[in-house]
Amino acid sequence: MQIIWSKTLRPGGKWSGIVGRGRLLRFTALEPGANLSMLLYNAWNPCERYNMPDTLKAQHTAFLTMGNVLMSDNGRVMASIVADSLGWHDTISGYTSRQDIDQKYGVTRYQDQRNDWLRSGQENFAVELVRNGLTLRDLVPPVNLFAKVSVDDDGQLIFHENHCPQGGQVTLRTDMDLLLILSNTPNPLDPRSIYPSTSIQLDIFPANPIEPDDICVTHCPENQRAFENTWEYYALRNS
Amino acid sequence: MSLIESPRKVEDAIYDRLLPSGEGWTYELQPGQVLRIIDLEGNQAVDTLFYDADNLEDHYSAVATITGQHNLYLTTGTVLRAESGKALMRIVADTCGRHDTIGGACSAQSNGVRYDRSLEWMHNCRDTFMLQLSRYDDRLQKRDLAPNINFFMNVPVAPDGSLEFADGISAPGRYVELESLAHTLVLISNCPQLNNPCNAYNPTPIRLVIWEN
Repeated sequence: MQIIWSKTLRPGGKWSGIVGRGRLLRFTALEPGANLSMLLYNAWNPCERYNMPDTLKAQHTAFLTMGNVLMSDNGRVMASIVADSLGWHDTISGYTSRQDIDQKYGVTRYQDQRNDWLRSGQENFAVELVRNGLTLRDLVPPVNLFAKVSVDDDGQLIFHENHCPQGGQVTLRTDMDLLLILSNTPNPLDPRSIYPSTSIQLDIFPANPIEPDDICVTHCPENQRAFENTWEYYALRNS
Repeated sequence: MSLIESPRKVEDAIYDRLLPSGEGWTYELQPGQVLRIIDLEGNQAVDTLFYDADNLEDHYSAVATITGQHNLYLTTGTVLRAESGKALMRIVADTCGRHDTIGGACSAQSNGVRYDRSLEWMHNCRDTFMLQLSRYDDRLQKRDLAPNINFFMNVPVAPDGSLEFADGISAPGRYVELESLAHTLVLISNCPQLNNPCNAYNPTPIRLVIWEN
């Protein structure tokens, strides 16, 4: 299939941009142990954004994998997971702060380390939110692609260290025009004391039209209804 | 789950109010003030958000709260954090046992997705939140709504990652008590949800009591 666009996100890297609906975003971990924090906003109305609780309760799951969709706070499907070699992507552990990074990996500054200084999720998001006319008040729980965090019966969080192998891959289809914000920064629960040096490749392809037997549409009746909301939105927007 | 009772007496309170189901409430707590939310009839979801009242752009963060304590559930000892990481509140007593922060608030659209698209007309928490924001301060907008806390809601996540809205573990008269660690704006929607058996399809009033510490 024809690649429209590719990007390699270096360790600590960030990216934001508008990706139209009907694209496939294939993310590949170039080394083991990746974590890519992702925020999604409606490109034309960014007060509509990925909503963690609405996504989870509609699909009766606390993590995301193939067949799941990422829903907005307006009941629409923003993106859907159409392929996944990992089986689990984290939705509940958030992103790192400057304080987290300094405490865990040691204080780094551009003055001393030049571009090897260690970036935090919160600062990466801040830059890309502001770049797109938003601010930190627009920050909400992100999806952490490639990371697995489960909970035990008492609610204690368990980070699964060897979850993401080299070459781990997940593919999202955009179902709305999205402002996508990415931060290749460590999961806050990653216990390793060395900043993960993991690059992530993003390749974008055109998606095929959605068929009636689409794995994400048919995953559950809730998904079907959320897709109907999305299709209705676009029928009104530009038919 | 340990249940911690409060030594505070209602007759010493500076504020005491009944909030019917389906209604909203805002209040600015001063540092040191203590808010008790009482589940009068049992298993009523109290959808709650907090803001740094000195910087309204800094809202409650479910993920900062969860990762800050390495636990998904909220109970006595939990520090409720804003998106910046700032500690806004601490739970100082809890006779229910645990509370949810990943189930979010019902909305017209999420009712349509979860149950039936014909239910979008029904009253819901996000409408209550937005009406309260419109009345409180025009600096607050929809963008300031973030995943909230559901006091008295039982949303267990299994080790395999499955999530359900389970039968409540609360009961009539159970309460949660929170000490404000900062100048904090509290935003409550006393949930009107009629589609979810968690409240036996019967939204009920709550009681809100505040003390100077």
